[in-house]
Amino acid sequence: MPSVSTSANGLLQLQLTVNGKAVRAEVEPRTLLVELIRDILDLPGTHIGCDTSFCGACTVLLNGRSAKSCTLLAVQADGGELLTVEGLERDGKLHPVQQAFAENHGLQCGFCTPGMMISAVHLLEHEPKPSEQQIRKAIAGNCCRCTGYQNIFRSVAAAAGMMKG
Amino acid sequence: MYPRPFTYHRAASLKDAAATLAELGPEAKLLAGGQSLVPLMKLRLSSPAALIDVGHIQGLNYIRAENGAFRIGALARHTDMAQSAAARHVPILHDCAAGIADVQVRNWGTVVGSIAEADPTGDWAPVLLVLDTEVECLANHGRRSLGLAGFIQDAFTTALRPGEVMQELRVKATERGSGGCYLAFKRCAPVYASASVAVQLALEGATCRQARVALGAVALTPVVATESAKALEGSDLNAKSIARAAEAAAASCEPPCDGRGSTEYKRALIRKLFTQAVNVAARRARGESVEVSHHYA
Repeated sequence: MPSVSTSANGLLQLQLTVNGKAVRAEVEPRTLLVELIRDILDLPGTHIGCDTSFCGACTVLLNGRSAKSCTLLAVQADGGELLTVEGLERDGKLHPVQQAFAENHGLQCGFCTPGMMISAVHLLEHEPKPSEQQIRKAIAGNCCRCTGYQNIFRSVAAAAGMMKG
Repeated sequence: MYPRPFTYHRAASLKDAAATLAELGPEAKLLAGGQSLVPLMKLRLSSPAALIDVGHIQGLNYIRAENGAFRIGALARHTDMAQSAAARHVPILHDCAAGIADVQVRNWGTVVGSIAEADPTGDWAPVLLVLDTEVECLANHGRRSLGLAGFIQDAFTTALRPGEVMQELRVKATERGSGGCYLAFKRCAPVYASASVAVQLALEGATCRQARVALGAVALTPVVATESAKALEGSDLNAKSIARAAEAAAASCEPPCDGRGSTEYKRALIRKLFTQAVNVAARRARGESVEVSHHYA
């Protein structure tokens, strides 16, 4: 990925894979990844919470690594592979993490949930059998203002069980 | 929040980045992981006219052992470090790499970028100061190597010259009988530390043969606490000698009173973190495996 094409008006031409589909987009250099996702690609499941790299509501997977999309420039995702919460469901079937959050009351208002679930997916991809401590550390960068976290821990642990089976 | 507009330049290599930096002048900044730079730009604390993106260069995320040292490439992320052989051999590297901010930030932020930023509350500087660390710099006209202590000059200020980029860090491997520990206290995962302590000890039996102590987040630059290290060297490690050295560490800094706490509160943190860090470092020096990480309030 040595070069990026720039249009006459200074916009950058990006190519990336989003939830398995190849997409092209034109952005200003200063466009944030979360703005590309929400405003240009029209995927509003990724939320903007604090907008200061604190709350994790904007968490997505870029090249398999979880990232706060308010703290990356869109151009950093050029050539990359992006997974947002919309990409979790496959053929009308919920991802085990989504299923587990639903069954274990892992959300109340739901604002943090997309980021929370992406962090959970990232954890379970690296650690299929996480300890409680590992679950706590894995979502330390995601704030929830409703649940007190207990049901979220339960949801992640339940998802680990479902994915193992 | 949007950063101010800037022009974007993608570097094909670090050499290319150095050449572009020399061409564009001091209003250009390098973008690696962006985990500090992007927030600074969004808050408009920094508004570079141009960004030179080194993040797409392949092959720079290495951490490899060579000639008794670990070479840390310009794009090695905190996560890469946490999972590296270097972190297994030198546990203080693991303490730091696995505890910085949160998973998302560790996945994108780089060790070299953290040193280049020279944030007074950064985690890496105190850790790398108690180890032998060299900074390898690259410019159009050639390379040079600097000791880390001389590299960090002030808050957000390094010895990098115009047109110069950091190529890698070289950390000397520690010897058998040497053990270290880094402990930082922070209010929750994503925030900067209120205070932090890095300790590296070499033991001979119960006696401390050599000690190095560095403190983070308590001054405009990391503080190398020489008096505290001296208080440990040559003495048997026991509650009394450790308490004396902890007092010397607390006395070696004048932490600013701010939203993270008062001067006295941060000094109290230093005493406590120091005591814990020395105990863990000593156990590790004796060959024990001890897992620790950042403390949360």
